[in-house]
Amino acid sequence: MNNILSTLKSKKVLLCDGAMGTELQRRGLKVGDCPEEYNLSNSKMIQGIHKDYFDAGSDIVETNTFGANRLRLKFYDLKNRVEEINLAAVNNAMEVRPKDKFIAGSIGPLGELLEPLGNITENYAYDIFSEQAKILEEGGVDFILVETMMAIEEAVIAVKAVVENTFLPVAVSMTFELGKTGLKTPWGVDVQTAVTELTKAGTDIIGSNCGKGFDEMIQVIAEMRKLTTKPILAQSNAGIPELAGGNLYYKESPEIIASKVQELLTSGVNILGGCCGTTPLHIKKMREVLDLFLSNII
Amino acid sequence: MNIAIEELLQKLAISVIDGKHLEAVELTKQLLALNHTPKEILDNGLLAGMNVVGQRFRDNIIFVPQVLISARAMKFSLAILEPLLADSNIPAIGTVIMGTVKGDIHDIGKNIVSMMLRGNGFKVVDIGIDASHEKFIDAVKKENAQIVGMSALLTTTMLYMKAVIEKLKGEKLPVKIMIGGAPVSKAFADQIGADAYGKNASEAVRLAREFVDQENNN
Ligand code: B12
Repeated sequence: MNNILSTLKSKKVLLCDGAMGTELQRRGLKVGDCPEEYNLSNSKMIQGIHKDYFDAGSDIVETNTFGANRLRLKFYDLKNRVEEINLAAVNNAMEVRPKDKFIAGSIGPLGELLEPLGNITENYAYDIFSEQAKILEEGGVDFILVETMMAIEEAVIAVKAVVENTFLPVAVSMTFELGKTGLKTPWGVDVQTAVTELTKAGTDIIGSNCGKGFDEMIQVIAEMRKLTTKPILAQSNAGIPELAGGNLYYKESPEIIASKVQELLTSGVNILGGCCGTTPLHIKKMREVLDLFLSNII
Repeated sequence: MNIAIEELLQKLAISVIDGKHLEAVELTKQLLALNHTPKEILDNGLLAGMNVVGQRFRDNIIFVPQVLISARAMKFSLAILEPLLADSNIPAIGTVIMGTVKGDIHDIGKNIVSMMLRGNGFKVVDIGIDASHEKFIDAVKKENAQIVGMSALLTTTMLYMKAVIEKLKGEKLPVKIMIGGAPVSKAFADQIGADAYGKNASEAVRLAREFVDQENNN
């Protein structure tokens, strides 16, 4: 089995998958349903999504485990099924993985606030992240992707939990928005602070995900590239969702993003992918642009 | 107004802006000891402070942690004022059922709206986060409420507001419905049949007052 870090060194840019959450909604997930529970009761749907991303050209897919930590599963009365759900999720990705492709174990935020703003102690947060990371490792993921972080404290705890409790490489991404005072997470963390603190915490790969669309993502990555030599990951939303005829839709279509993807690549991205609103069609378009880029045509 | 009092009110507003809850409590007590009315302490101290917080949040000068700390300071002070506001023999001007809709656990904004409504003389029954239409309907019936306030921060859960509105209308409950939360808009409110959309907590208060006035005029 190839190591993701050495592959990144030789190939320079890998393609991750697009959204899981919005893709599940598109395929029938109802408001109030637990997306991670579908790993058990709807494994065919999850495998179908992974397969569509691999078919579209993804080198990496992420497990459907964004909210599969003890705290968030408690919200759905599923807190005693952390292990079962995470293992099923890894299995769902493995079932459809072509040879030489990678599986990233997704870990999202706790969904509750850390002390002193909330009740979650640092130790408790560490234990929750460690638990999920260890199960994902046991299941056989190639690396852990800690994503959509907004508070730097929480991101650092999560990265340390992975580094100290598994042998896996770790990637971490935070969500930035462009406001009147520059690019910051909703917690007020700027790109410089994110890079410094997460590097100190021991991350192997650093990046940005979610957010308001590709234009802001390009700015984040350009800023990040100046601050680090580590591999950078970028998974943008397909814009901000809008309501049309009772349905939500994301404005940035596969056609629209093509030139923006090119810009992201020249800004120095090493793992490219999508977040909310991106579909297998977006990934297919990214594959085309990426292949041209890698063969030095553009 | 007395200069000392004005200074204290300004300090109270600043303690909310800076999120210093102990200071907010201390100043609230001092103002009460000077026989200043709870209503004015609320309006010119707490709410004045909270308005600045809202503005700074929108301008990206402060971020979520600071908003939470300010909300906590306001909550501590309000805990002292509330019994007094209720005590002054003024009946509540209306009852509001507030909740964050099903599938959504964001409650920071909803809590601020609830606080501001309470501060302005409404009885607020907060049914919490992840609230189903059953929960809204039960609360409306139980409390005989005139107003329902729904909050949603996710584009996926805002659609659930429509379901709640349909059920409320199905039950023929005579309530006015206002909605809010970052992804929600006036156009969306119109589309799903809500009576009003509120951009922030002060708007929520204005709307609730309008609803009550309309009812009194009928
Ligand atoms: C804080 C926060 C969280 C906290 C919530 C803590 C809590 N106890 O509430 C945590 C970390 C738990 C969280 C979790 C998630 N979050 Co979140 N979160 C936010 C954040 C940063 C701020 C929201 C907030 O509190 N704002 C401050 C308050 C004061 O503002 P407000 O809520 O808008 O309320 C004001 C007005 O809207 C109005 N108002 C509000 N309600 C009402 C009601 C009525 C009746 C009226 C009249 C007015 C009114 O008055 C309020 C006061 O002025 C936003 C991003 C942002 N910058 O806004 C993302 C955001 C809302 N979250 C998001 C997401 C995706 C999530 C998660 C799904 C995934 C994740 N990233 O972890 C989970 C959701 C879990 C769930 N099922 O709900 C997305 C939503 C995308 C979308 N549009 O669908 C956002 C926009 C971030 C992003 N850019 O991706 N989140």
